[in-house]
Amino acid sequence: MTFPTITAVANVLAHAPGLVRYGSKPLRDIAQDPSTLDAITARLRTHVDAVGYGPNQAFIGNVEPEMLASRARPWWRSLDGGASSRGAFGDLVDEAELLGLLKLCDRARLVHLDAATLGAAAHRLGERGLVTAAEMEALAPTEPARIAALCRDGEAIPLTLGGHVVGAMARGHEQDEALTANVLLENLCGKATGVLALRRLLRMVEGRVAPDEIDFVLAGSEEAVGDRYQRGGGNLAKAIAESAGLATATGFDVKAFCASTLYAVFNAAALIQAGVFSRVAVVAGGSLAKLGMKYRAHVAKDMPILEDVLAGIAILVERPGADGPRIRLDAVGLHTIATGSAQQAIVEALVVKPLDRAGYRLRDIDRYATEMHNPEVTEPSGSGDVPKGNYRLIAALGAMRGEIPRDGINDFVARHGMPGYAPTQGHIASAVCYLAHALRAMRAGKMRRALFMAKGSLFLGRMTEASDGVSFILEA
Amino acid sequence: MIELKGKRVLVIGERDGVNGPAIEACVRSAGAEVLYAETLCFV
Amino acid sequence: MDLEGQGRIKLVVEQAGTDDVIAVLGANSPTAVEMTALTLKTGDPSYAGPLTGVALGIPSYHVLEPEIADQFDPSLYERELALPALAMDVAEVVAPLKTIRDS
Repeated sequence: MTFPTITAVANVLAHAPGLVRYGSKPLRDIAQDPSTLDAITARLRTHVDAVGYGPNQAFIGNVEPEMLASRARPWWRSLDGGASSRGAFGDLVDEAELLGLLKLCDRARLVHLDAATLGAAAHRLGERGLVTAAEMEALAPTEPARIAALCRDGEAIPLTLGGHVVGAMARGHEQDEALTANVLLENLCGKATGVLALRRLLRMVEGRVAPDEIDFVLAGSEEAVGDRYQRGGGNLAKAIAESAGLATATGFDVKAFCASTLYAVFNAAALIQAGVFSRVAVVAGGSLAKLGMKYRAHVAKDMPILEDVLAGIAILVERPGADGPRIRLDAVGLHTIATGSAQQAIVEALVVKPLDRAGYRLRDIDRYATEMHNPEVTEPSGSGDVPKGNYRLIAALGAMRGEIPRDGINDFVARHGMPGYAPTQGHIASAVCYLAHALRAMRAGKMRRALFMAKGSLFLGRMTEASDGVSFILEA
Repeated sequence: MIELKGKRVLVIGERDGVNGPAIEACVRSAGAEVLYAETLCFV
Repeated sequence: MDLEGQGRIKLVVEQAGTDDVIAVLGANSPTAVEMTALTLKTGDPSYAGPLTGVALGIPSYHVLEPEIADQFDPSLYERELALPALAMDVAEVVAPLKTIRDS
């Protein structure tokens, strides 16, 4: 049996310290106590520090996540001053570039940006080969006086760089709660970072795959694009495809909480396996809502605010026979309704069953990719080390099944797991952030099999008490 | 040694530890009443 | 503990009272367990949520504390709790609770 392949993956980051104030938690806290904004501002990082941060370098592919284990913690103190914002898998763009991308992706004439910021963005994004001069020149800047008036009149929220107002995000409607400036900014951030990732992906395959040779786009992120009558209407995929220049494609969104992106890869593979398409791009944009989610603990412990980056991922899935590892569609892990909510049943459904179907034991998988959230972000607020907790569940099940000795749990985690490195951007951290690394390692002959498992906390939406998840094996 | 029977329980589970439904099933089986149940997801 | 959760718990307790009310937790980190237990006993230690300064006096237990887990049917324990019990360092995770209960 042959399987679809993954042939290219882009992992990108956009530094967004000025947008931390619009993250869900900071926004609510600032509304209650405006002085919170000063406390947050005092702990925001510079672009240089965000670039030099180990986990970010791991995300964009300049450092292997496994290598973070040997770096002294806290990683935010052991920065790499010589680190590049150009990663093997994608760029870590600065905030001016991000604002320029928001403007570029804005189709409703709601983003206002001053000429200086627009110019800086055009220049730097151009140097990265991610925009054309023509498309940036077509964007009209806004006069500072107009920006100030929009914010003063309550029609727009300010966009800042280094504390200075350089632009504004206007609301889409005077009354529609689904079209407030904050909601639209959240959605546009998802679009812009998805576009950034997809454009980077296109550059990676330039010369082999042209934009009009990508048939379909699936987006797997967690925003809700719509209006008051259809709050989650969606299809941001098509908007992203349009802004990335995939003229002959269309697409749709896959929505499943944090499992969205991995499900989207599964869905893309299934479409190709069925012969419907030859090449499908999967794209995930970042989450504005999750910026500064744990800021309280970081501020309380005199740490920089680490949740200051939006993330994006783009994945190219192609037919069997293309150059890349295969997605084992014959052994997908599914958390069915009958699986239920017992932790053991969940891990069996997502790990043991797929391995059984593929004829493998736990140790036959070189690396497991689970919820790869950076522990430096989560530990200060008491949320623990999320990847480690998940690895220990897998290892413990292995011990219960007699595949590893009881005192071999730590060793299993060390050998088959890795430190968390992804920003706490929900679906981004759920396994998919490791596809780029696995692809590279498999192409280099250093890895044979990796198992990707993502969990979705459906219960948060109050429509079910069930949780969810999906997994698959990627094989060289 | 606290006896669960007859107690009224606030269940606060965690996705990657023991989740809400699991705790609920257990404490109900021991004769407790569940007043409130949730599963926290820290990320 | 999540602030929204604090608000809902406060409502539940305002309606139902605190007689014979206990919390049973499932977190896998000692810090999470400690923060939840403190919040329910003496009020939100981060001074941020609806339970700031509200001392409900509700004692917290962890579902894997031996004195709790021993009360469950063995097959139920096996199905629901055996794996998390092996995956987490139960002694470390539940350590803060006795002190907080006794204080």
